[in-house]
Amino acid sequence: MSIKFLKPHDRIAYVNARVLDPASGLDAMGGVLTEGELILDAKAGLFNDSVPEDAKVIDCKGQCLAPGLVDMRVHMSGRNLNATGIAAVAGGVTTAVCLPGTKPVIDDPTVVESVARNARKAGLVKLYPYGAITKGLLGQELAEMGLLADSGAVAFTDGTLAVQNSRTMAQALAYCATFGLMIIAHPEDPILAADGVMNEGETATRLGLAGIPPEAEIIIIERDLRLAEMTGGRLHFAHISTAQSVDLIRRAKDKGLTVTCDTAPPYFALNETAVGDYRTFAKLSPPLRSEADREAIVRGLQDGAIDAIASDHCPLSEDLKRLPFADAASGGVGMETLLGVTLELVHNGHLDLLQALSLITWHPAELLGLPAGSLKRGAAADLVVFDPNVGWQVKDALLHSKAKNTPFDGRPLQGRVQRTVIDGRTVYEIGD
Amino acid sequence: MYISPNVNRRLRPYSREAIVPPMSANAFDPSVFTLPHLLGIEGLSPVDISLFLDRADEYVEINRTRGMMLDTLRGRTIMNLFFENSTRTRTSFELAGKRLGAEVINMSVSTSSIKKGETLIDTAMTLNAMHPDVLVVRHGSSGAVKLLSEKVNCAVINAGDGRHEHPTQALLDALTIRRRRGQLDGLQVAICGDILHSRVARSNIHLLNTMGARVRLIAPKTLLPAESERLGAEVFYDMKAGLKDCDIVMMLRLQTERMKSSFFPTVREYYHFYGLDYGKLQAAKPDALIMHPGPMNRGVEIASDVADDIGRSAIREQVEMGVAVRMACLEVLCRNLDRESGA
Repeated sequence: MSIKFLKPHDRIAYVNARVLDPASGLDAMGGVLTEGELILDAKAGLFNDSVPEDAKVIDCKGQCLAPGLVDMRVHMSGRNLNATGIAAVAGGVTTAVCLPGTKPVIDDPTVVESVARNARKAGLVKLYPYGAITKGLLGQELAEMGLLADSGAVAFTDGTLAVQNSRTMAQALAYCATFGLMIIAHPEDPILAADGVMNEGETATRLGLAGIPPEAEIIIIERDLRLAEMTGGRLHFAHISTAQSVDLIRRAKDKGLTVTCDTAPPYFALNETAVGDYRTFAKLSPPLRSEADREAIVRGLQDGAIDAIASDHCPLSEDLKRLPFADAASGGVGMETLLGVTLELVHNGHLDLLQALSLITWHPAELLGLPAGSLKRGAAADLVVFDPNVGWQVKDALLHSKAKNTPFDGRPLQGRVQRTVIDGRTVYEIGD
Repeated sequence: MYISPNVNRRLRPYSREAIVPPMSANAFDPSVFTLPHLLGIEGLSPVDISLFLDRADEYVEINRTRGMMLDTLRGRTIMNLFFENSTRTRTSFELAGKRLGAEVINMSVSTSSIKKGETLIDTAMTLNAMHPDVLVVRHGSSGAVKLLSEKVNCAVINAGDGRHEHPTQALLDALTIRRRRGQLDGLQVAICGDILHSRVARSNIHLLNTMGARVRLIAPKTLLPAESERLGAEVFYDMKAGLKDCDIVMMLRLQTERMKSSFFPTVREYYHFYGLDYGKLQAAKPDALIMHPGPMNRGVEIASDVADDIGRSAIREQVEMGVAVRMACLEVLCRNLDRESGA
């Protein structure tokens, strides 16, 4: 396996591919023609007759060709954008949005600019920043959301913290509504969840671990739905994990509220039993829930109650995970398993391939207003070539991410990225 | 010296050199205003408002004559009762009373009996026992002036109650506009800034609507009270969109002293989106008039060069109109006291 940087070619013809464009519903054998950084054409039967003479040909060998993945929730660890970028492109992610919990916190326009500049310099994944809702993520004074948005923050969140003060949350939603901006809530009541380390229930009881009740999530979702209705603010819930969360959001949508939500692969592919024998890699925030909750999340993905899947990629060093369960940090890396775990939903017959892809491409792009996630003419040539059937096992040696803390450690997956293209350049190609 | 048969009977030259302008006596009939107090603009008719404005218009010219003093309210006692700090409004009322020949007493309640624990109603009863003719009251709580007016038998003028009303400010704004533009009817007026905490905004919305102007409110959502469009105004969050084709731009002071939580992030951001500068002002009509009730926060809600633009800013004129309007209000209420007591 190797990472290759190719010089941009004038025209590239991706031939012999199953072209999938969830935005237009295209799913057919054909090809994609790119010129420089942009897509010129993508359709069924393209290049059946001939390939333009001046184009360089890349044979996809009948594999799937789709828009590059859009990952709307990534934790940035320090300044090492290169490590994050490599993990991203190895997972087929061409556009990622990072949380504001960087150091320094993204609560000032100058930080937005420096994050964007560093990402451009790294030249791998296209990185967009979220701005902080409150200064220093302290939940008290509003951050300069208008100026942050002007300098490129795509939406606003306090990262892994809920805004605890209801009045501040209402003010934030109202203030954002002024400028048409979106608030992304981390739905967890910090007081109800305090000291808890995994889902409250039988497993926690057997392990003797303090529980986080599902209500910690449900209460904040109920509160914030009411505040959104009151203020007219645009609200999105990140990584929902309980059955009742799905029901609440489904009902709010039926009522006509413009509210959206996403979930992360662990919440539809794992349940609390993954904690097993105190596996700290399965310590996540929110915690892995019950099997009934997991099934409800799958149903939410099927019927559209859940709008997107985000990796919630959170690289943590061994020092933070090789600790007693209660002391270990929460979070797992996820960009490299995003596609493979999402494809499980296809192989299990829960979703068709286009449905599954839309959850990790144009749905999140559309939610955040990002120019990504589709194969339409003139779009950036951000592509992923993947084999949906090839089997592999998640092992830390196979991961490009510097941190190896994946909750899917050891899991056999079906479907893997073969090639990732950003702005017409192949930035990743799987080795033989 | 010309003496008109009606009003100017009470006009007395303070100095020999003073030229006394003739005051038109045309149809000034204070009895068309039937209320005993001036507590707010809401509920007043166009006839009421025009009565005050027409009379004040006459006083403007008199005030510009040096050395003039009238004896219209000679023998009257006016008490300024300010439960909130104020310099300009209190001075304006004081001067208005004195120009009309009344005795004016200033009471800063924050430094007196309130500190000793007296309730609002007790203070009112105490002052009432001294038989003033007019009480001019400012209070930090909405509705406090009305409560006080129910307990006294003199006339009461609301000089600002909480975030409710400030009627003389709206009248002086209207007079300023009317003198510059000839009329209020059909004008497009934008009121920008901290609408939520502003009694000036509420009084102005009522007055402008009553007189046929169209009102727009421009503010971030956090500084707009709920359902403010129900007061009869168009609401805009974007300043340039809101200012488009406006005849009048009224800026409001950001009342940080009334803010108990985070209504906007920083002054820097507020100024960027809602501070009036020449860039945003371009959206308004080229001759749009700029107003501000004062005191201004330069560099917060308004750029200094805009505030000081002699051609477009009417901010200093507003202060001048304030004295004239308050003279008219004091006169109308006092004359109606006569009517009620049968004099």
